Formats: sequence, C-alpha cells, structure tokens
Amino acid sequence: MSTSLPTAQHTGTRPAGKEAERGGRGTAPKGGLEGRRTVVKVVLFLICLFWIVPAFGLLVTSFRPPDAVRTSGWWTLFVRPAEFADMTLANYQAVLDAGMGNSFVNSLVVAVPATVIPILAAAFAAYAFAWMRFPGRETLFFCIVGLIVVPLQASLVPLLQIYSRVGLTGQFAALWLAHTGFGMPLAIYLLRNYMGSLPREILESAKVDGASHFQVFWKLMIPLSVPALAAFAIFQFLWVWNDLLVALIFLGSGDNQVVTIALSELIGSRGQDWHLLTAGAFISMIIPLIVFFSLQRYFIRGLTAGSVKG
Amino acid sequence: MLKVINGIIAVVAGVGGALVLYWGLNALVERLPERSEERIKPYVFIGPALVMVTIFLVYPAVRTIYLAFFDASSENFVGFTNFVELARDRDIRVMIVNTLLWIIFVPAISVSIGLAVAVLADKLRARGEKLTKSIIFLPMAISFVGASTIWRFVYDASKPAGTEQIGLLNGIWTAFGNDPVGWLQVRTGSFNDFLLMIIMVWLQAGFAMVLLSAAIKNVPDETIEAARIDGATERQIFWRVTVPQIWATLTVVFTTIVIGVLKAFDIVYVMTGGNFETDVIANRFFTELFSFRQNGRAAAIVVVLIIAVIPVMILNIRRFRAEEAR
Repeated sequence: MSTSLPTAQHTGTRPAGKEAERGGRGTAPKGGLEGRRTVVKVVLFLICLFWIVPAFGLLVTSFRPPDAVRTSGWWTLFVRPAEFADMTLANYQAVLDAGMGNSFVNSLVVAVPATVIPILAAAFAAYAFAWMRFPGRETLFFCIVGLIVVPLQASLVPLLQIYSRVGLTGQFAALWLAHTGFGMPLAIYLLRNYMGSLPREILESAKVDGASHFQVFWKLMIPLSVPALAAFAIFQFLWVWNDLLVALIFLGSGDNQVVTIALSELIGSRGQDWHLLTAGAFISMIIPLIVFFSLQRYFIRGLTAGSVKG
Repeated sequence: MLKVINGIIAVVAGVGGALVLYWGLNALVERLPERSEERIKPYVFIGPALVMVTIFLVYPAVRTIYLAFFDASSENFVGFTNFVELARDRDIRVMIVNTLLWIIFVPAISVSIGLAVAVLADKLRARGEKLTKSIIFLPMAISFVGASTIWRFVYDASKPAGTEQIGLLNGIWTAFGNDPVGWLQVRTGSFNDFLLMIIMVWLQAGFAMVLLSAAIKNVPDETIEAARIDGATERQIFWRVTVPQIWATLTVVFTTIVIGVLKAFDIVYVMTGGNFETDVIANRFFTELFSFRQNGRAAAIVVVLIIAVIPVMILNIRRFRAEEAR
C-alpha cells in the first residue's frame, strides 16, 4: 500500500503524466537494437491479443442474430463476411425487456447511496483523525488500518441473521448499510492520509479567523480533498456495481436484483439464452467502461489504493 | 418509468438521511458549552463511522468466530466438530489444494505478466506504451461475472463433435482435426483449475502492471546510468539494479493479489459452481452457507480465512507505523 497512497503532494498527474515524457528509456544505442525492438513489439502484441480477443469475441457475438449465436462461433463472421449484413441490436432489446433494464436501474439505486454515504461518514472521521486531538486516536486508527484486509465473508453469517430478524433482506437499504460498513476502513484510511498531508497553516489561519471545526471541514477540507474523494468514490462505486457476493446474500434475485445477479442467472440457464447473455454482459459493463475511459487517472489511483479492501 | 422514479426517491432518501444525521448531530453539539464542545466534537465526527464499522465488521467477525463452534442452526454448542468435519471431508481436501494452487500461481503469473508489460512497454514510443497499458488494464473495470461471461465463450464445449463450435478454444482445437473437449472438466494436472485461474490473471495483471510501472519509473536514472557505465548488460541492470529498488512494491502487489484470490468466489461460482473438483475456499463458504444451510461450517471456513489474512494485517499496520514515524 505504501506505493499507492494519494497524498496532497502529488495530485493531478501521477505516473500517467510522466510516461509520455520518458518513453523509450533503457534503449541504449547498441548493436542489434532494431532486432530487439521487434522482439519486444511481437511479445507485447501477443499479450495484447490474448487480452483483447476474448472480450472482442463477446462484443461481436452480442450483435449476431440468436440463431447464428447458437450454431456457429463469432469468428465465422470474418470467414463469411456476408453475415455482417445480419448484425442486429435485437439482443440488446430482448435482454432489456427480459428484466436487464430493471436490474440496471436497481444497480444504480444500490450503488449511488452505497458510495455517497460511506464517503460522508468517512470524511468526517478522517478529519477528526487527521486534525483533532482526543484520547484513543492512535489506537483506534491502527484498528481501522487492520480492518482493511478482514475478508467481508467474516460479516455475512451474523449480518444475515440480524437482517432477517429486522426484515431488511431483499431491501436496497440492506446493501447500502452493508457496503457502507465494509467500505468504511479503507475510506477513512485513504482520506485521513490525504487530509493529514495538507499544510497545517491553512487550517490554523482559518481557526484564528474564528471558524469552527464544522466550517473548516465543509469550506476547506472537502474542497481541498476532491482528488482523494474522487478516487475513493470511483473505487467504491465500481466495487459495489461489480459485486456479486453481497448482493446475492442480502438482496437475492427477484424484482430488486442487480445486474451482476441477473447476469449470473443468464449464465446458469445455458443453451437457449446465449444471445441474451452476450448483450446482458455488455449492459452490465457499460457503466464501468465509461468510468474507465473518462476518469482513468482517478480510477487508477482509487484502484491501486483500494484493491486490498475486504 | 415508475421504477426509475422509485429509484430516485430511494437514492434521495438514503443520501438525504445521512446528511440530516450529521447536520442534526452538529447542531446539537454547537449548543453545548464551549469547553465540553471541544471535548465531545471529535467523537461526533468519528462516531457514526465507528458505529458502522462496529456493527458491520467488528461485531459480526467476533460473532462468526463464536458461531464456528455451534451447529448448523447456530443453536447448540458443538466444540470443534465443524473443524473436524471439514478436515475429514475429501472434497475439502481437494478445495484446500486448489486454493493453495490459486494463491501461488495467480499472484505469480499476474506479477510476471504485469512486470513484463511494464518493462517492455517502457521501450515503446509514448503512444504505443499508453495503448498497450490501457489494453492490459481494461479488465480491471469489469466484474468477475462479466469476465466469466467473456471466458465462457472461450471455453464452451456445448457443441458435439462434427458440428460447428461456438467456443474459441474448441474452434481452434477442432480446426486441427481433433474432437471437441469439455475443457472445464479436464482434471489431469488440475488443468481446469488453471483455466479458471487464467480468468483471474486476465483481471489482475493490469493492477500489477500499473503499480510496478509506477515503481520502475521512480527508480533514479543515475543508478541505471552508473551501472551502464560500469559495463553492466541490460539484463544485469534489470535484476541487480531495478528489481531490488522495486522490491517493496513487488511484495505489496503480491500480497494484495493473494488476498483478492482468497476472497474471490465469483469466478468459480459462475463457471463451474465448484464442480469437477474446482472448488476454492470462498466458493465453499457460499455453498455451506446457502446451499447446505450449514451456518456453523460456513463460520468455521471464515475462521480459516481470517487466520490466513492475519499476517498481512500485521504487515500493513507495521508498514503504516513506519510511514508515520518518518
């Protein structure tokens, strides 16, 4: 984790920015350079091919008519290019009508509060850990750091028992609360490290002007911490969006099911529904992919800092 | 449409409720006399967060350890019976071997590929480097279920011999005149385990690459130049100058992926359901809890998981302490 903490010192462009300037290091002018460069390119090309072909295959399949999906591989499209004329959006229409649209809305309803609530609670706690003095501060914070890696499976059996007693199973609130609890240690840890690295003078001058902690928090800390808040928000949002285990246990299938559950059920019912499966997979991925392409920098920071989460 | 409106109402209620809670708490504290305000305020700030952590992590974890010594319905104390039953179960032994294979091979292969791409892409021009890295990193955005769907179309074996295949692997395999193979059922040399591990590597290598690439770019140029002037080959520079300087990052990446592997149940659940002897610990937990309704045994499995992550937990706290001391 030490390598990955977002701190105020290096906001904005982390490695991503440096890459462009420094491309080509290590290519000392020596004999056989061209040959070696070609080897490098071939190796990287093969790795990239391995990474891209499976996903590309699914993408192509999702536009093929159901009969074609069932009876031949997606690559036949390139063997018999006449089939390009049959490409269709019908699979997407069909799977949306079959409940995927409903699940998509559910996923949003689950993921948005499950992102905002932990951020709010964690930001307050992080501020206190970074800038307030109180007994037990150090010990409590060490406990938080230790809790980051606790597998969330450890919580599921007792929580399920509590939830069924109070009738929360199957409700969205069950997931909001659970994800808030599970995401909290990491959020506090990240935000506290970031806030703690902000210069003390800013805070003290505000205090001299007579601002209360509450005002300092809202008017100074939150605006200054936007990079860390964004990094955690993206990480948590994607984590909740992509989660299957917690959703399966507390929400289950039915009217409130989220996209990951809908998709796993489509996989289970093999045979007839291959065409729905492909389109459904891409519908479930569309939001993460948008986040990936538009917010890559924050996304990398959040992920690298957050992958250790339980 | 009604669904969307209900959704918006739910979101607003959830987020708004949290905001109101803090606003109310603060208004309450502001009314207190100034001295006690200073003393109480830190606890108002950390209070809700600590309550959440206690209810959703600390209490359940402690209770899970307690439940591991009770029967399926969590009513009768049974001592170590759950652990003994698990240790005797033949399926469990297969599961343990599989889990060990996963936590050795997935991190090792992910780190190797991530390191290779980080080092090799560094030698490309800036545009090529960026494109390569984006491609390897892209799967990090995809869910385990989504990735499993993608790979299902690679491993598919639903079509009999003599017909056109729809799985890529069997497509290639039959093109060479072979009969299609049910890849995910091949146990020889744990072959099917490795096929599932490939999915995890496909997802995780990008993470390793991003962290390692950043670490490599932080290695001071002077150390590499000095070695080069002394006549070191590129290979010697890599193993004797670069690797020692990124060692800390390598261990962080490795342990992070180990923990990720221990907890990941989605791939096995979706691809094989743990059949064909591909079970791993996280999926077994789910099976015990949901299919068998064995709360005690599920809890016992979690106890094993907790013990497995304790070293990493201690390591993290130590590292954090060292950073604070600096």
